[in-house]
Amino acid sequence: MAQHDIVSPLPGTFYRRSAPDAAPYVEPGAPVASDTVVGLVEVMKQFNDVEAGVAGRVAEILVEDGEPVDAGQVLMRVEA
Amino acid sequence: MSAIRQPDAPCADGASAAFYRPQRIRTVLVANRGEIAVRVIRAAHELGMRAVAVVSDADRDSLAARMADEAIHIGSSHAAKSYLNAAAILAAAQRCGADAIHPGYGFLSENAAFAAQVEAAGLIFVGPSSAVIATMGDKAKARETAQRADVPTVPGSDGVVASLDEARAVAAAIGYPVMIKAAAGGGGRGIRVAHDAAQLDAELPLAQREAQAAFGNGGVYLERFIARARHIEVQVLGDGRDAIHLFERECSLQRRRQKIMEEAPSPSLTPALRDMLCASATRLARQVGYRSAGTLEYLFDETRGEFYFIEMNTRIQVEHPVTEAITGIDLVRETLRIADGEPLRLQQHDVAMRGAAIECRINAEDPAQDFRPSPGRIDELVWPTGPGVRVDSMLYQGYTVPPFYDSLLAKLIVFDESRPAALARLGRALSELHVAGVKTTAPLHRALLADDAVRAGRYHTNYLEAWLSARRAQLAAPSEPAPAAREEAA
Repeated sequence: MAQHDIVSPLPGTFYRRSAPDAAPYVEPGAPVASDTVVGLVEVMKQFNDVEAGVAGRVAEILVEDGEPVDAGQVLMRVEA
Repeated sequence: MSAIRQPDAPCADGASAAFYRPQRIRTVLVANRGEIAVRVIRAAHELGMRAVAVVSDADRDSLAARMADEAIHIGSSHAAKSYLNAAAILAAAQRCGADAIHPGYGFLSENAAFAAQVEAAGLIFVGPSSAVIATMGDKAKARETAQRADVPTVPGSDGVVASLDEARAVAAAIGYPVMIKAAAGGGGRGIRVAHDAAQLDAELPLAQREAQAAFGNGGVYLERFIARARHIEVQVLGDGRDAIHLFERECSLQRRRQKIMEEAPSPSLTPALRDMLCASATRLARQVGYRSAGTLEYLFDETRGEFYFIEMNTRIQVEHPVTEAITGIDLVRETLRIADGEPLRLQQHDVAMRGAAIECRINAEDPAQDFRPSPGRIDELVWPTGPGVRVDSMLYQGYTVPPFYDSLLAKLIVFDESRPAALARLGRALSELHVAGVKTTAPLHRALLADDAVRAGRYHTNYLEAWLSARRAQLAAPSEPAPAAREEAA
């Protein structure tokens, strides 16, 4: 099983949910397709979807909801 | 909360003290960031006031922090934890002994509860009273207040329409096309358009059902639909007793309801319409006892030659420099003097309009990639200078633009004796502008400046979006300025 890193495409603020009162997009263990949205990165008031990029299962979530992230920072790991 | 830099000796005394001696405001806390924080600090220093900046984690090295006499850290980069954190800002004000708080624009600037807290803390809020902010911030109350001041509002039903018969009568009176809007809707949701009576008959019940399903309230009201509206706004200035206007700005070039380019005067008003429009704004400002700088936004229906008040912004606006350029009045300094207790120094006949001014918003966005945000380090920076050119910005070479706030990097303002001269000057200034390290919207402005309709001042609020979709491929080309714009700028 290969490990795939989901990285932030841009610097900004990472969100695990679509709205403050919504459920998280994914939890550890969740199955994902390549185009599954796993989070959002807010950059200069614009929200960008973060997709899994690979089919598999979420192994680890490394960034908390609402935390600042850098471009290229690993957000999650997926067991492909 | 911690002091980043110890206060310097107040910059005040010396040359500037001769120009103005503050009565109540020795120290003003600037509760904002970016270019507007820089703008307010500049005005405060010219008046001999100490200026204190508040900064988030991301803004410790900001130009505002460097220019201010003191910078106080108020929280993490997230605006909710810093620039929207009223308690942290009030604590910072107490700590530095501020007499006043200037809210800038955005963040807490139109938050009536914050203004009330500032007042309750015995501090001066540089803006209108919290009561006026509350009244004008409520769309229904603002409309009602405007009508009482005999300021035209968009023709429509008097609240919710009870029946189809009533809707037909209202639509016939205001004229088609009409918008059917959900009373509980907002932000463009729950709107249908009917172009004639038959369509109204069909759409109204649908709109009611839809509103019931979407908002749990089936109430709908009617408003005249203006297909090609222009966005024109009037600057007012008041001291709580008297108010004057400083003419209008036209801001119809918008993308996603964000203004991109603004100018003054509006190229679409006749002198007679200008007089009527500006007089209506002064009436409303006087009616509410407006204090400080404010802006009344109107829709202008060019085909009918009619204008309608839509809302008031109870704060300084991003595009205020175009008004400063054509009137020669420093709005930010005037508002600080009013907050300092001075009565309005100008009467209406003291305010004259001269020439033409245009502002371009230079944003950290890539027009070639659908305006993707482009934060990052400013590796190279050359500002346009020379006659009639002004740049308001928080950039410096080596500064890193953080990703946490809006994308406005700079405002390039040109002023000249006429609109054609200002257009030529803008082309010249845009050709001098050089920013490396982040992508900016400068290429968009160069391309817009080459557009015949923009040059002729013939545009409306939906013009830019259509223009952009028609030029998607052209804008996606990797070259910097569009060839036409480069020739023109040369």
